[in-house]
Amino acid sequence: MATSTSAVVQAHQLVKRFGAFEAVKGIDVSINQGESFGFLGPNGAGKTSTMRMISAVSHPSGGTLSIFGLDPTVQGSQIRARLGVVPQEDTLELELSVRKNLEMFARYFDLPRRVARERTTELLAFAQLSDRENDKVDNLSGGMKRRLTIARALINRPELLILDEPTTGLDPQARHLLWERLYRLKREGVTLIITTHYMDEAEQLCDRLVVMDRGSIVAQGTPRSLIDTYCTREVVELRFGVDTHEVYFERLSVLAQRVEVLPDRVLLYVDQGDETLKAVHASGLAPSSALARRSSLEDVFLRLTGRTLVE
Amino acid sequence: MDAPLEPGLGWARWRRSWWYHAAFYAETWRGSVASSVLFPFFYLAALGVGVGHLVSQGAGLVQGQTYLHFIAPSLLATTTMQLGESESMWPVLASLKWFRTYHAAAATPLDPEDILYGKLSWVTTRGFAMSIIYTIAIAIFGATQSWWCLALPFLGALITLAFAAPLVAYAATAESDVSFTTIYRFAFIPMFLFSATFYPISSYPPYLRPFVQLVPLYHGVALAREAAYGTGSFAVIVTHLAVLVAMAAAGLWWGKRTMRRRLVD
Repeated sequence: MATSTSAVVQAHQLVKRFGAFEAVKGIDVSINQGESFGFLGPNGAGKTSTMRMISAVSHPSGGTLSIFGLDPTVQGSQIRARLGVVPQEDTLELELSVRKNLEMFARYFDLPRRVARERTTELLAFAQLSDRENDKVDNLSGGMKRRLTIARALINRPELLILDEPTTGLDPQARHLLWERLYRLKREGVTLIITTHYMDEAEQLCDRLVVMDRGSIVAQGTPRSLIDTYCTREVVELRFGVDTHEVYFERLSVLAQRVEVLPDRVLLYVDQGDETLKAVHASGLAPSSALARRSSLEDVFLRLTGRTLVE
Repeated sequence: MDAPLEPGLGWARWRRSWWYHAAFYAETWRGSVASSVLFPFFYLAALGVGVGHLVSQGAGLVQGQTYLHFIAPSLLATTTMQLGESESMWPVLASLKWFRTYHAAAATPLDPEDILYGKLSWVTTRGFAMSIIYTIAIAIFGATQSWWCLALPFLGALITLAFAAPLVAYAATAESDVSFTTIYRFAFIPMFLFSATFYPISSYPPYLRPFVQLVPLYHGVALAREAAYGTGSFAVIVTHLAVLVAMAAAGLWWGKRTMRRRLVD
């Protein structure tokens, strides 16, 4: 576990209020140097509010927050000089070229022109956009814009990179390419903070994560330990070609450690999926589709909140 | 990774925003450069020479001067006002809402005030540059009568800032551009027409003159004329200047608040 000296971000009873609405309800988080840390939860869980506070563009309403050991309410500018931020929506200059977007942004950090040019060349190669450097950003695909936004966030060689929903809206191929780039940064020792509502993303990228729901942290740990704690090893998904799945609850509950009935399917939490499938068929039930899979953070979230992530 | 970057002092930070706005303009200026350079000449030729010809044949509205002499300084004032207006509403809402590029800037060492000062100082720089072109055009048309005309570029910069500052502040509160069109139609077009721009304030009936004097642009027009002719008493000049400086100061005060509210919470 972390000691406070190596903590890049330290939050204690952190609160964010907007009028009467409490978006973040007193969370405790400690993120270490070189760590890849995830905030997981559905829309409205308080992830973005937390990210904005860590990015030093939003003042905490209560509790304490320190970033690099500095106080964001009075040393925001110093903190932001050492951060890279990838916001949920791209904020690129659409009318300018790919290269200009990076070179001009470098000026905000007071980098000399020569340094800005060199880093731009470097980062365009990293983002696999070297051959598009003179194109207008408007003409890039969604995945390319996302990679450019990440490249831009790296122009000041940040010690901490904050990514808010980095792959939302991207196709699978673009997502995997992005993950691969983020892996590379992680290997280089950059501390990453990622918010996501994709479980597979969190499993792929995060060393440690917290699950947020309605402004509070409901669980934390490594992806594996969360699955071990809150879930069984495997999950069997059954669909029946009928309007309601409730009627199967009684008959199925004897076959599994836990049964979750969703509107479109039934989930059985078990240790051996294949054995359970056989047992289902042996008991005379005939689901229209049946699938055994390893359990994931999605199941953890369902268990913790009683709701699915992407609604 | 690298040693922490020096975040820089406040004054150094807003210069970065000025530079960014300037670099952005340098990348996208091609559409506006022709209008910036040529329009002063077009306006002076059309209104000063063309309409002026009719005026001199008519009732002799302007005493002791040609109509060109009369109209040239006021065109500088109206043009710099329009620059301050057009650069401050739509572009600011676009940077805050449609493209969110000011949010990107706010994630860097820049504070919201730095972004505001950078924007306003850049627009003011453009007002200054545009006024230099105007002053040259006025001189070429022979409508300058005093060395005080060298003050015209500075006055043009002040007029730009006096209108840009409150409008940037207002734009930072807007959620859509619907109100911008209303402001343009019901504030700027009438100001353009009725600030003693095209005929002297003495052509208004006496009971209307105080209302004209309440119009902000009137003070810019009057000052520009005084600079071009080298006339005007000290007290009158100070009064006109005070109005413009007060508008700029109020706009800055308000803008610091609205920009901060919009970019950080």
